[in-house]
Amino acid sequence: MANKGDLIVRHTPGERLSHWVVALAFVFLFLSGLAMFHPTFFWLSFLFGGGQFMRWLHPLAGVLLTVLFYQYASWVWADNKWLPADTEWRRNMLAYMRLQTHSPEGTGKYNAGQKLMFWSMVPLIAVLLVTGIVMWQPYFAPYFGPSLRRAAGLLHAIAAFIMFVGIGIHWYAAYWTRGSIRAMVRGTVTRAWAKYHHPGWFREVAGKE
Amino acid sequence: MALQSLDIKNRSATTFQGPSARSTLEVAKLIDVSRCIGCKACQAACSEWNDLHTEPVGVNEGFYTNPRDLSDQTWTLMRFYEEQIEGSLQWLILKDGCLHCSEPGCLKACPAPGAIVQYTNGIVDFHEENCIGCGYCISGCPFNIPRLRKEDSKVYKCTLCSDRVSVGLEPACVKTCPTGAIHFGSKADMLFQAEERLGDLRERGFAKAAVYDPQGVGGTHVVYVLPHGDRPESYGLPRNPSVGPLVGLWRSGLARAVGVITMVSVAVAGILHYMRHGPNEVPGESGKEA
Amino acid sequence: MTNNWVDIKNADVVMIMGGNPAEAHPCGFKWVIEAKIKNRARVIVVDPRFTRSAAMADIYAPVRAGSDIAFLGGLINYLLKNDKIQRDYVVNYTNAPFLVREDFAFQEGLFSGYDKEKRSYDKTTWAYELDKDGYAKVDPTLEHPRSVYQLLKKHFARYTPEKVEEICGTPKDKFLKICETVATTAAPNKVMTHLYALGWTQHSQGSQMIRTMAMVQLLLGNMGVPGGGMNALRGHSNIQGLTDLGLMTHLLPGYLTVPTEGDPDLKTYLEKRTPKPLRPGQMNFLGNYPKWFVSLTKAWWGAAATKENDWAYDYLPKLDAPYDVLRVFELMSQGKVNGYVCQGFNPLASFPDKAKLIKGLSALKFLVIIDPLVTETADFWQNHGEFNDVDPKKIQTEVFRLPSTCFAEEDGSLVSSGRWLQWHWKGAEPPGDARADIEIMADLFTRIRDLYKKDGGTFPDPVVNLAWPYKQPKAPSPEELAKEFNGVALADLPDPKDPTKILAKEGEQLPGFGLLRDDGTTACGCWIFSGSWTQAGNQMARRDAADPSGLGATGGWAWSWPANRRILYNRASADPSGKPWDPNRKYVFWTGKKWAGNDVPDMRPDAAPEEVVGPFIMNPEGVARLWAPAMTDGPFPEHYEPFETPLESNLIGSKVLSNPVARVFPGDREKLGTGKEFPLVATTYRLTEHFHFWTKHVRTAAVLQPEQFVEISEALAAKRGIKNGDRVTVRSKRGQIVAKAVVTKRMPTLKVAGKEVETVGIPIHWGFSGLVKKGYLANTLTPSVGDANIQTPEYKAFLVDIQKA
Repeated sequence: MANKGDLIVRHTPGERLSHWVVALAFVFLFLSGLAMFHPTFFWLSFLFGGGQFMRWLHPLAGVLLTVLFYQYASWVWADNKWLPADTEWRRNMLAYMRLQTHSPEGTGKYNAGQKLMFWSMVPLIAVLLVTGIVMWQPYFAPYFGPSLRRAAGLLHAIAAFIMFVGIGIHWYAAYWTRGSIRAMVRGTVTRAWAKYHHPGWFREVAGKE
Repeated sequence: MALQSLDIKNRSATTFQGPSARSTLEVAKLIDVSRCIGCKACQAACSEWNDLHTEPVGVNEGFYTNPRDLSDQTWTLMRFYEEQIEGSLQWLILKDGCLHCSEPGCLKACPAPGAIVQYTNGIVDFHEENCIGCGYCISGCPFNIPRLRKEDSKVYKCTLCSDRVSVGLEPACVKTCPTGAIHFGSKADMLFQAEERLGDLRERGFAKAAVYDPQGVGGTHVVYVLPHGDRPESYGLPRNPSVGPLVGLWRSGLARAVGVITMVSVAVAGILHYMRHGPNEVPGESGKEA
Repeated sequence: MTNNWVDIKNADVVMIMGGNPAEAHPCGFKWVIEAKIKNRARVIVVDPRFTRSAAMADIYAPVRAGSDIAFLGGLINYLLKNDKIQRDYVVNYTNAPFLVREDFAFQEGLFSGYDKEKRSYDKTTWAYELDKDGYAKVDPTLEHPRSVYQLLKKHFARYTPEKVEEICGTPKDKFLKICETVATTAAPNKVMTHLYALGWTQHSQGSQMIRTMAMVQLLLGNMGVPGGGMNALRGHSNIQGLTDLGLMTHLLPGYLTVPTEGDPDLKTYLEKRTPKPLRPGQMNFLGNYPKWFVSLTKAWWGAAATKENDWAYDYLPKLDAPYDVLRVFELMSQGKVNGYVCQGFNPLASFPDKAKLIKGLSALKFLVIIDPLVTETADFWQNHGEFNDVDPKKIQTEVFRLPSTCFAEEDGSLVSSGRWLQWHWKGAEPPGDARADIEIMADLFTRIRDLYKKDGGTFPDPVVNLAWPYKQPKAPSPEELAKEFNGVALADLPDPKDPTKILAKEGEQLPGFGLLRDDGTTACGCWIFSGSWTQAGNQMARRDAADPSGLGATGGWAWSWPANRRILYNRASADPSGKPWDPNRKYVFWTGKKWAGNDVPDMRPDAAPEEVVGPFIMNPEGVARLWAPAMTDGPFPEHYEPFETPLESNLIGSKVLSNPVARVFPGDREKLGTGKEFPLVATTYRLTEHFHFWTKHVRTAAVLQPEQFVEISEALAAKRGIKNGDRVTVRSKRGQIVAKAVVTKRMPTLKVAGKEVETVGIPIHWGFSGLVKKGYLANTLTPSVGDANIQTPEYKAFLVDIQKA
């Protein structure tokens, strides 16, 4: 066990709460979306009170996810600005994945992989929201023509799968990078962890102390 | 309308086929527009037979078409169009409602297993108890027919009186039509009758009279005889209806397979990576709590 | 209908004018469709509006509302000028060869004998020239200048295609195309049927409009022939039965007439109504009038009608004037009526000039409503805001409402337009306290009779002596009444040719009106219904649809008056020698010994063709009348303008603007508008979605046509700044209504006498009761003017103006 003095706060309680609600919403949205996308998975609807209730809840959860995500995004917006170190990270990405190297010296609170994830989620969720609204029965769909609704359906599905791939990587990366899950659960990381994975951020935090 | 059945040709959101041991005669309703006087008896009969009595008494907005649109209470609607065609006024009257496509876009788009079925006789029926209210069928329909009921979030449309047909009766609208403008029988017979009508119409000066049985949706089980067959749009019918590539792509087996394969690939890639490289740990912190 | 619904399918041409059967008679319209499909028939529609019937027509032509005689006169002129008549038919079966008196004249739109003060004709000069035996003189060559044929030619020569276009606004090419199509049926093997309804009856010259077309049909040889005829499509289920049973103020059952003050005794009454043949050897069937009349009074008063009391003739009231509804409401509005009983009748909605009706109803002491539904008349005293703005405090009329049953809640018969008496069976019990009309009437009658018996009165005999032989006096059964209408033998009836043979025994139902006697040995409640319930039972309940000839003569289906005959005058379907005009329409013919065929021959069965017995047996001439002195307003039709017209003169060239004989009460004349104030022609009508003022109580029908509207052309809408769906105010001299505007290509802008005439179409179905959106009674606008012959109000042509509300 690390001593308290060894720990650095990485995520505030608000951030963590928000993150996990978004995560929960995503799990629901993904599974319910999957139930509606592929008949083989329709049984998933029974996890959510049956098809009709699930269908009713899906767009509401979508709105919840969108709102919380963009609020969260506004909190971490500045930390996701692209830095010169990120370019280096990206160049060495494969080596990084093979554990042949670790984060460059200038890596800030988020590394380039995390930033790429962030910047792909920002537009994807917007696309999902907009196409979702176009399809949303019975409130909004009647205002759009059938061609638009059909296009929205297709786009929504494509965006959802890109998102799934992204979130899948996110999950794996979190599991793979030991200490990350703890950071999002308890909010803290060890000084060593911070120094190793996010040296730029560590210096910043250490400097303030 | 739900009926237990052994004659299911297609069932929405179902990977394998529904019970289809019993095959029945392919049926069709023939609407001969040249014999239709627009009396709306079919519309009344539809609401009476199906006990649909909560359509509100509306207002007149300047039209004979009342109510103004199809709804969960109005499954068939007489639509009136005034057109000048070759210098003479034509009052075109079309009985609008589900055409019961051979390749129904609604069924293709539907994500709820068994909410939409197509019987071997060609009727496309909604089983509302399975409907989840997503409205994809509405998007999938090339004729803009299904209507979502706000109160129960279920979608409704003409059943071609599947309940009557299953016990050997004709649909209620057919039974009621006072001028014999609506016929019901085997699809082959209906097409034969329709072709026969064209001769009379052409002799009367409707040189372009035609049968409307659009092949873009594989043909329909409601077939029209149109005196002005060269301009279906004048009757509010699409010229070349089809389910369209978007719905096709969206709801295709290929798209579904690609989606699932991607999903599985992500998981497999993660497992392989972890097996090969193990966790990404801060040196010296191995074995400590993650 | 001279023919019947099914028979329409036999036509080669279907002409529809003065009606809109696709909308008002959608079920019967199937036979028009059948004619189109099976017979390749051409359908012609002439109407001020492009109706749903017009949508089904091969040729449609617009016509200005009320100008129909000009149009049809033009058609007659075309047929005569181009010799497109069936000459053999015209010579032998019409009065074309008859000679008219020398002193007959027609000048400036008036026939000879006009009395300006009385607004009526002395018809002496309209008679035929008679020979010394009292028979009319004829000229079979049709060349005599005073022959009906020559007079006809001269009379209608003024009705040129150009005049038709000028007066009716019908484009000349359309008019001529219709003439050509109609003229094809002058051939003996081509037939046209004509369908009309209230679009013709509801004019100040409605009877003459119908007559003009009947003349066209006679000239073409289309009467009495399968696929032909003059076919009045009745406006209500069983309205045919209503007139058959004499439910009009001047009629007794079977079209016998109510005595007038000029008929003080039975002898005078019968003499006036029993004509002598006008040509030798004619059947002159009206000669049997005394048999029908005496059998009627025997049915009504039984043993109390005796030879000694002239068969109770004195029990009948003697009219001093016609008491049609227009006159009754005139009297009511003058405060001269105490009580009024409305049975299945909604006059406030159905009669013209609502303000006058309200005034009349408010002046009553009591009003009795017998109806299954809430009617506007029953609620006339209620304030319904703008729709019925009355002050209930100021109305003292006591209203009694007696709920009655609908047709499906009782057994009985309905008479269709085609004269079929079809028995029907109760389908449901009536709700609540509703009682059948028969029970209500019987209860009222027996109570009143008991009061007369108890208290006496000035002349209680007609009431206390009325025969009331029903098992349950307070509830006579429909079967008992039907048997009474059919008639019964009151004594054994021997065969006049062989007195040893008994044709009907005492107490037996009669087989037909042939057995009726004027000696009190038969009773018959309605002679034309005789044969409907014979010893063999209820003929009206028969349901054999067999049609061996394929001509729709289904003699085993229900029962058709008279004598189960399906086409009237059917002897005319054969040529004078008794052979069918058209071998494909073999209907009734001479076998060499007797008349036979697919229908009951309308001819004495043994009248050989050589006897020259004319096919129009009800006329003393034996032939049909192109010349009809019986009409009050002229032996020939003449075009007059409606009482409200946008024109200032009669363009046919006479000085008489409107029908000189039509009756207008002084107060009503003041309420007539002029073209300056009200420049638009208006016409009222029905829509398929509703039946009169009844179905607005039915939710399904209310949804199909929910709210009151009027129809105007795009040109008029543009001129007045009205958009489709706007609320508009329509005003006439008598009142105003507010409704939605339907702006449509289907309302034509007509060129009449060089100026544009617009028509406003006003459907009638709305009022202040029912499930539809509340509306105004359309008859707020209509004028109280009656047809010259039958006093039907002029709903179909009047003047209004329109503005955005």
